[in-house]
Formats: sequence, structure tokens, C-alpha cells
Amino acid sequence: MNENKKNQSARRKFVKAFLTGSVGAVAGKKLLSSLSAKDENVSDEQITALSSDGKLIKVLKSQVDHPHHKPASPSEARKGIYGKKFVLIVDLAKCKNARKCIDSCEKHHHLTPDRPFIKVLKMQDNPKASPYWMPKKCFQCDNPPCVKVCPVGATYKRTDNIVLIDNDRCIGCRFCMAACPYSARVFNWGKPQTTEDNQAYSPETSVPSKIGTVEKCDFCPDLLRENKLPPCITSCPNGVLYFGDANDDTVTNGEETVRLSELLRDKAGYRYMEDLGTEPNVYYLPPVDRMFPFQDNTEASDV
Amino acid sequence: MSDIITKIERVDLPEKDFENIEDDLLRHISRPSRNYRIWMGILLLIILIGIVAYVRQLKYGLAVTAMRDYTSWGIYISNFVFFVAVSLVGSLVSSILRLSKASWATPLNRISEIIAIAAIICASIIIIVDMGRPDRFLNVFLYGRIQSPIIWDVIIIATYLVISFLLFFVSLLPDIGLCRDRLTNLPKWQKNWYRLLACNWKDKPEQYANLKKIIAILEIMVIPVAFAIHTITSWLFATTWRPGWDSTNLGPYFVSGAFMVGAACIIIAMFFIRKNLRLHEYITHKHFDNMGKLLVLLSLVYLYFNINEYLGPAFKMVGAEGEHITELFVGKYAPMYWLVQLGGLVFPILILIFRPFRKPFPIMIVSSVVLIGAWLKRFLIVIPTLQHTYLPIQDVDESYLHYIPTWEEWAITFASFAGVLLIISVLIKLYPVLPIWEIREQKRLIKAN
Repeated sequence: MNENKKNQSARRKFVKAFLTGSVGAVAGKKLLSSLSAKDENVSDEQITALSSDGKLIKVLKSQVDHPHHKPASPSEARKGIYGKKFVLIVDLAKCKNARKCIDSCEKHHHLTPDRPFIKVLKMQDNPKASPYWMPKKCFQCDNPPCVKVCPVGATYKRTDNIVLIDNDRCIGCRFCMAACPYSARVFNWGKPQTTEDNQAYSPETSVPSKIGTVEKCDFCPDLLRENKLPPCITSCPNGVLYFGDANDDTVTNGEETVRLSELLRDKAGYRYMEDLGTEPNVYYLPPVDRMFPFQDNTEASDV
Repeated sequence: MSDIITKIERVDLPEKDFENIEDDLLRHISRPSRNYRIWMGILLLIILIGIVAYVRQLKYGLAVTAMRDYTSWGIYISNFVFFVAVSLVGSLVSSILRLSKASWATPLNRISEIIAIAAIICASIIIIVDMGRPDRFLNVFLYGRIQSPIIWDVIIIATYLVISFLLFFVSLLPDIGLCRDRLTNLPKWQKNWYRLLACNWKDKPEQYANLKKIIAILEIMVIPVAFAIHTITSWLFATTWRPGWDSTNLGPYFVSGAFMVGAACIIIAMFFIRKNLRLHEYITHKHFDNMGKLLVLLSLVYLYFNINEYLGPAFKMVGAEGEHITELFVGKYAPMYWLVQLGGLVFPILILIFRPFRKPFPIMIVSSVVLIGAWLKRFLIVIPTLQHTYLPIQDVDESYLHYIPTWEEWAITFASFAGVLLIISVLIKLYPVLPIWEIREQKRLIKAN
């Protein structure tokens, strides 16, 4: 069991390195060129990474520690990450309401349990079908009702599929909340209780939360800029959530990386309430051939 | 203009010299009134309590309200819709009735214009109260997106406010001139105020000719704007993807409801103005009788749109829309729903058909029931819909599942009502509440005939 876990984490590390490969290579080069200015405390821990010519190489961990990005400014955050079309796949057959996605999201965005970006809903399509768990976050629609109704352009659609909110601009009219058919948005009704930090606000981090403004799942563009996966993906113990780039046609759940088109084709992927015409970028794989029997284990859900 | 005022025989005007009529209608302006001061004191106290509540809201955020995710709009928004509805009264009486040559309604023109202005001002205030970040109000102008129905609403409300104000002010000019010339025992500031506002009005025939032209233009202009203001307010709901709001019926449904509540408001205002300013000779039983008939007609139209709004979805009972209808018809909101539909809509129609109930006191009571029903109706339009989402509401705090407004919300709402009454009271105290020059004109025409 322990061994298994170790393997798993090694595998995950590898995938992360795969995603960070290009940045790592650049950062590595940079570091090599400035070896003279070497830090005394560099650890000699090694990790495996994929080099640009496709070989697996062992490099010092300190070398792939890519430069930390400053959070994007509100105007930068409107543009989106060039050349990307982010999508999320939720495999309903695998979810057993472990709720790790919610916890990690809460931690990453400094949220409190009363305003979660992710919900795991107990769904039952008809009285004879077995119930299932449905992780739900913002669907990052291509035809987003929230963006259409916003009077000040505080919420906007980016080129990389992400719908973001600029909480330096939001006037708190909550029209977007009324318009969203998926109830994806939460409001800071009072002064947000967050771990106090002096981090500058960026729409890409949604941190720190601001009183009287709307928030929601943002696909963590700050991490995406660093070629990291959003924490909900990596924290899921059952590999329910796949994240990736539709332009690359690849998605990963942190353990396996698969072709987006094949996954959707072979597993009959669908989008929730297609008939509303909102064109979501979150796909669901039907809850068939379940990994777990349905258990009403809402032990973590008492908010 | 003379052809507009026809069938003069039907106009109820006292058999008095015009001098006396002027005295009657100007009396309340110069006479100090203890009741007026007490009334203003009460209103100001209510507004003060509302301000205290709002200061708390500014300090602690909208958390002091009962609104939460899901029920993200509450009585601020339903109250806003209510005030917008009330404001349509201005166009109903002073414009539609005037243009349709219903000259009996002439004494009601100014009352309706005053109510319209008061309601639209307070609607604008209450919508700012609902904002999570009122400090960023200017963003609406800095970053406004014309694609958003909220911006349409901002534009149309501003337009309606300007036109309503102009209509009120322009048709007031000759009477301000009269105040300036006839009221001598006033404090200095008030005399100066009339002199300033009278804009050099000299009762010249060419001034009247211009005045009538301007009024005619404004009367015609205000009608499409009035229809637009409430239609666009309905679009704040109809442009969303929500079961319960996703309806093409919403525009005319809102507009017809607004005319009904507007007529009720006029009747209530007529009753109290007549009583307090002793205008029994000017606002007569005939006015109440006619307004009663008008209220029945407008209620019937609204009833029609109500049936049209609910029957289709109730017949089909589709998904979340069906749940919403079930909740209204037999669920949590059923008592309020049937109270509003039967008590606030069907009952007034049935009772006002009979002449004795169109006498001043009974019709004032019935109109008050209509008014309360209309306010609750806006609650039923806004709140239950938000509680019926496509996706189930799970994993939330108990407080998210229902909506019972907090004292802060009630205090602010009552303050907004007090605000409407305050504006109405101040305007009535400052200016003749009946259009004296129009009454004089009618008198002359009667004499000429």
C-alpha cells in the first residue's frame, strides 16, 4: 500500500514535470549560465523531467524550480494564455464524493466553506437510475450568460476559454448570479474571512477576496501560467477530473494523460444542459461502470 | 388645446369665482400646519432608522441582509420593481388620460406627476442600496456595457426621470407664477424660490401657447418611455436563463401590473389630499367613481396577463419550472400567492364593479389592498424563482434555503416608502397640488359655452 502510494506520487511528479518541462528547460539553462552566482543552500534532490528532445533526464530539483510568476495585472488577466483552450472532463463513474477537490480549492483560493467554488452534488437522473456524485464548478461557457449581463464588464471571456472576474471592477449587482443557470457563482456577502496576506489582488488568483463582489471557479490561471495543474485535479484521489488543452487534444488527471477527442468519443462525453446553448467547456463522462457503489457518505459535507 | 377639452359639461368644478378657487388651492402653502410638521417628523424618523440600517450594511456588507447565494436578490429588488411600477402612474393620468380627452381627470394631473417623480427617485436610490459595492457606482458610467440590460435600465430610468420632471415642472410654471404674485406672507427664501422658479412667467398668451406645445410634446414622449421603463425592468428577469423568468410574457405582464398599481396609488393619494387640504369640491365622488372604473379595467387586463403567465407552465409542469409553479400554487409560497392573486386582484375587480364601493372611503381601502398585493406580487416574482435552480441546492447552510428579510432590510424598505411620501409631501406643501391654470382654462371654456 505504502509502496503503491509512493509509486503514485512519483508518477504524479513525473506528469507534473512533463507539464513543466519546457519551462524547466529554460529555467535550467538560465541557471547554468549563472552558476557563479550559486546559492549555498541548493539541495541536491533530483527529479525526472522530459527534455526538449524527448529524453528522460535527471535534473536537480532546484534547477527546475521555475521563476515564480508575478500575478497577472487586471489588464493582462483579460487576455488569456496564448494558444490555449482549456477544458475540464469529469468522469462521473469515478467520483465517490471524497471532496478533496473542494478542500484543495478552498486552500488555494483562501475560501471559507460557505462560499465554495466546487460543489459535489448528489444527482439522480430518474427514479429508477442509481444516484451518482456530480462535481460541479464553473462551466467556463463559450456563450456565457454571466458575461452577457454584466453591466460593467467585470466578468469576461478570455481567449483560453476561461471566464474570469475582475473584483476591482465588480459593482456587486449580482445580475451574473441570477443569470448563471448552473449556480456557479458565490458572493462575498460580508467581509471575507481569509488567511491574512498582503498578496496583491489579481483576477487570475481571485485572491484576496473582496467584500461585495462575486467569485467563482477560475480554472486557476495563475497556476496554468506556470504550467501547473489546478489543485482540484491533482488532489483528487480517484482521478475523476481531467484537465487539459483542447488545442493539444490532451487532458490529464494527474495520473494518466489521454486524448481529449478519444475520451469524449469513446465514453460518450456530454455537457450539462446542452439545450441552454451556453456551450460549456466542462464535459461529463456518464456514470456507467462505476468504480464505487453509490454511498451517501456526506460526512464531510456538514458545512 | 381647446379642442382637447371637449364635453365640458362633464367636468365637475365648483360654482365659484376664480379668485376663490385660487384661494382654495393656494391656502395650504402659506398656512403653517402642525399636522404637516408631525407627519414630516414621523417620515424623517423612519428614514433615519433606514439610514442607520444602511450604515450597518455599508460597514458589514450585504451579510446584514437575509440574501445569500441562490436567493441573491431580495426585497430591495422587488421593492425597486414596485417603485418603477408606481412611477408609471404619471404617464397614465397626466398623459394617457389627457391625450384621450378625459378632461374629468385634469385635477389629478399634478398628483400623478408628483407620485411618478417621487417613486422614480426612490427606485434609483433603492437600486444603489442593493449594490454590493456602491462605492463603485461610477463604474457603471466608466465601464458601462450597452449589451447589458442593467445599462438599458439605467438609461431609460434617467430618461424617464428627466421627462417626468420636465412634465411636472413645465405644467407647474403658471402656478408658480401665481404663487409668486399672490402669496405675500411667506418667508423670504420661499418668495425668492418662487421668483427663481417662475422663470419670468407673465401669463402672456404666447407663453401659454408655447407651454401647451411643450406639454403636448412631453405627454406624447413620456408614453413610449413609460412602457419601455417597465418592459426593460421586466427584461432584467426575462433575459436570464431562469425557470419562472424565462417568459416572453414578462414585458406586458409588468406594464399592465404597473398601470393597475398606479391607479390604486392615485386613488389613495386623492383620498388623503382631499381630506387634508379640504379639497372636497375639487376632488369629487365622480373622480373616485371614474378612477374606480379605470382600476377595474386595468385589473382585468392584468388578470389576463396573469393567467397567460401561469397557465402555460402550470399545464406542462416541466422540470424546475414545474417545481416553481408547485411551490407557488400549493407549496411554501401558496398562502402569499393566493392572497395576492385573489385578494389583491380578483377581489378588487369583483367589489369595485358595484357603485357603492367606489365611494371615497371604501375605494381607498380596496386600493390599499391592491397596493399591498402589488408589493407582495413583486416579492413572488423575484424571490421564489431564485430558489428554484436547474441544479439541486445541496450542501449549504440552513440559512441559504429560505429568505426571511432582516430588520435592516425592512428598515431600509420602510425608509424608501417614507422617502416617497416625504417627496410627495414636500412637493404638495410647496406647490398647488391641483393645476390651477388648467382648471381656470376649463372654467373659461364652460363659461364660453
